[in-house]
Amino acid sequence: MTLTTTLTDLANPTRFLSLTARVLPWLTAATAILLAIGLYQSAMAPDDYQQGATVKIMFIHVPNAWLAMFVWGVMSVAALGTLVWRHPLADVAAKAAAPIGAAFTFLALVTGSLWGRPMWGTYWEWDARLTSVLILFLMYLGLMALWRAVEDPSRAARAAAVLTLVGALNLPIIKFSVDWWNTLHQPASVFRMGGPTLDRAFLIPLLVMAVAFSLLFVTLHLAAMRNEILRRRVRSLQMMQASRKAA
Amino acid sequence: MSLGPYAPFIVTSYVLVTAVVLFLILWITFDYRRQMHRLHELEASGIVRRSGRSAADTR
Amino acid sequence: MTALAALIKRDVQIALRVGGGALIGVLFFLTVVVLMPFAIGPDLALLTRLGPAILWLGALLASLLTLDRLFMADHDDGSLDLIAMSRTPLELSCAAKALAHWLAAGVPLIVATPVLGLLLNLDAGSTLAVALTLLVGTPALTFTGIIGAALAVTLHRGGLLLAVLVLPLSIPVLIFGVAASEAAISGPVSFGTPFSILAALSLISFVVGPFAAAASLRQGLD
Repeated sequence: MTLTTTLTDLANPTRFLSLTARVLPWLTAATAILLAIGLYQSAMAPDDYQQGATVKIMFIHVPNAWLAMFVWGVMSVAALGTLVWRHPLADVAAKAAAPIGAAFTFLALVTGSLWGRPMWGTYWEWDARLTSVLILFLMYLGLMALWRAVEDPSRAARAAAVLTLVGALNLPIIKFSVDWWNTLHQPASVFRMGGPTLDRAFLIPLLVMAVAFSLLFVTLHLAAMRNEILRRRVRSLQMMQASRKAA
Repeated sequence: MSLGPYAPFIVTSYVLVTAVVLFLILWITFDYRRQMHRLHELEASGIVRRSGRSAADTR
Repeated sequence: MTALAALIKRDVQIALRVGGGALIGVLFFLTVVVLMPFAIGPDLALLTRLGPAILWLGALLASLLTLDRLFMADHDDGSLDLIAMSRTPLELSCAAKALAHWLAAGVPLIVATPVLGLLLNLDAGSTLAVALTLLVGTPALTFTGIIGAALAVTLHRGGLLLAVLVLPLSIPVLIFGVAASEAAISGPVSFGTPFSILAALSLISFVVGPFAAAASLRQGLD
């Protein structure tokens, strides 16, 4: 089965619900197992010769920071789905992803700040990466405010889709500006030219945790999408009820 | 496993992540229950979907 | 082309006549800048150092303040529907409206800058540099702002929501605007680098702004 036919099949909310009902238990189990392995491995990881035990914060900070950006990417694809292909589930996917993405961004900020306190001596440093993530967090909150401001879900969906795509175009520019504005942070060390410089003892737990958190996001996202579909059903049934009463 | 002099920071960050993730899980679970409850209520009061199928049926 | 020229002329006239918001923007700019020394203290050396930042923040807030009128009035009297239905592409109409808004609300801010520079103890060269960066940078503020204005009008919500959505998008303009002004006054960086990036940001916003605004109007008007 090709990707397009899968996507068309999923356009039917009822079929999507039956799929999630089947997939969710497995996803939950896989997430739990991977998280357990990741946590065990990060607990067993040796101390860094420079950062000491604080390197353990990295194992949760980096996955959250990765998801903070990844979720905006997911929402951008969903926004294209809303505006271009008018896929019925795209609105639902975009709306369900926003609070989860905001939560991961918040965690990336807080763990980064808790990591910075022993390393830099302050909780908050106006350094380029922390600042860009803070702006990303503000944009998540703005997007959620937009979703909440409008009663009609499909109208809100189209406005949110435009804003998500504008945000996706702007985020690299913001990142670049903030980098230019202030560069104090240590250079990127996981994905960089010439292979990772991170020691294997840290890299493996980090990758396991990253996969575990990504699975966690997929699980939460599917469950939140299911809730959103049910919420829309409730809404339409309530409108039927109201019109029946009026008649 | 010794956490060194910065143990409070490490423990706080792990606790916070756990708390927020648990909050998300609980919020989504309760939201699911609430929507299902409302659907059952609406069905009990005689409102049915145009397709005639049960609204709370997710299979 | 004549249709767009007529649209620009009409919008500028509406903004400048009695009841239009353009000149209130300048008054707001003036008030914000006058308020700053009360918060910071009358230390002239400090004011000189903060001058470009104060002027840029004032201009940013003032241009934001007048934004939600951009489509709202046209939506209320129905002319927005006519604009959307006309044969001129909606993207061009949005660009024309943004240009008109900048002419009516942005240019007066730049004209007022020398007077305010005097209050902040900036010398002639520095004031000129700030005015120049505002001239190049404020179009970017207007053209990213119309996205927010278009979203606000389709949602029937304005005010604070618009500010919350638009302000994060204007951070790059603020960074490079202030950086270019400060480079001209004191900074170690040459004026040309941040200034050309500022110009590039404006050019990007000329492309992105009208398309996004038109998309959101098309999706949202019914």
